[in-house]
Amino acid sequence: MSYLPNRVVERLREVVDLPDLTGTRYRLEREIGRGGMGVVYEVFDAQLERRVALKVLAAPHADSAAAERLLAEARVAAQLEHPGVIPLYDAGTLPDGRVYYTMKLVAGSHLSDYVRAAAPLSGRLRVFQKLCDAVAFAHSRGVVHRDLKPANVMVGPFGEVLVVDWGIGVAGTPRYRAPEQASGGDRPVGPAADVFSLGAILRTLLPADAPRPLRAVADRAMAEDPAERYPDAGSLDREIGRFLDGRAVEAYRESTLERGVRFYRKNQPLLVLLLVYVVIRFVLFFWPRP
Amino acid sequence: MNKVLIGVLAGLVLGALDGATAWFTPSARSAMASILVGSSIKGLLVGLVAGFYARKVNSTGKGVTLAAVIGLILAFVVAVMDAQAGEQHYLQIMLPGFITGAMIGFFTQRYGALAKQS
Repeated sequence: MSYLPNRVVERLREVVDLPDLTGTRYRLEREIGRGGMGVVYEVFDAQLERRVALKVLAAPHADSAAAERLLAEARVAAQLEHPGVIPLYDAGTLPDGRVYYTMKLVAGSHLSDYVRAAAPLSGRLRVFQKLCDAVAFAHSRGVVHRDLKPANVMVGPFGEVLVVDWGIGVAGTPRYRAPEQASGGDRPVGPAADVFSLGAILRTLLPADAPRPLRAVADRAMAEDPAERYPDAGSLDREIGRFLDGRAVEAYRESTLERGVRFYRKNQPLLVLLLVYVVIRFVLFFWPRP
Repeated sequence: MNKVLIGVLAGLVLGALDGATAWFTPSARSAMASILVGSSIKGLLVGLVAGFYARKVNSTGKGVTLAAVIGLILAFVVAVMDAQAGEQHYLQIMLPGFITGAMIGFFTQRYGALAKQS
């Protein structure tokens, strides 16, 4: 009895895992992402002649419960029509019995890659605000993401932000998961859990020498007690807006010196102009008159 | 408060304050009232233009530059009128007018809401 070489077995496994697109309008191009249960492929939509992303359950997880969860995810995302939520195009069942859905193919990078590309702090914070905006919209529709993390946030080439993976991540990801989610007990998991995850994401966006007020904002969003966090993603968005506008943030009590420095930075051109004006007036006062 | 209103108010206040500094020039004290009115109107005009510009263009550098140049031009006109009356105060009028214009431009760019999109 002879055995197949490992690489052949590996290849067979890959082929079995590939979605069967026979008879559909889609043509497989390449795999672009893989999560705990699902795989995302780039496919070509022959009917509309465009490339889209197709998410399908990975073969080992393709049972009915998982299929129902993927469909539920598709339904949730389809409800959320917002520039920050990835738009869904189609959902159904493939000839191999696996449930799938297609969505916009984002030509961008994951938030973590965007940060690694050394984007300036103000740019990162504006991206974070767009993320908060999308999450706030979802909360207003009664939807909680439960698995917000940099890998589920795409940043497009023009700074557009798209949140993906709505609904499957019930357990969350340890580093970004709220305590009430991690305990898995009787504590309710609501929008505050997403606020916690947003705080954890904000922390990853901040450089080591980030200003204290920003670190305080992340700390408040990640408070152990949900009642001590920002009440919603919109409040967190506004808090970041205050920082970007050079105003004081609610999460940080600044000293008089810090307040003075902030005032100077915000109004530096005006203060310089005032100084120039006073100097000019002073010089002109002593200027010889005809 | 919209940017045009910010410009008009900043122009009136800064223009009046700029005019008030003429008090330190003894020869100008007799004409303080007309200087205050003229300087306020000059500031108002700069603020009006800078405010409308700020509604269209969101750039502190450009807004400050435009308002400073308009302030300088209007101050030159005032200085010419002053010279025709027999007094030459080009430097005393134009330099502060230039800086005051820049400050008005800064206010219109930094403060006030943009016009609502219809």
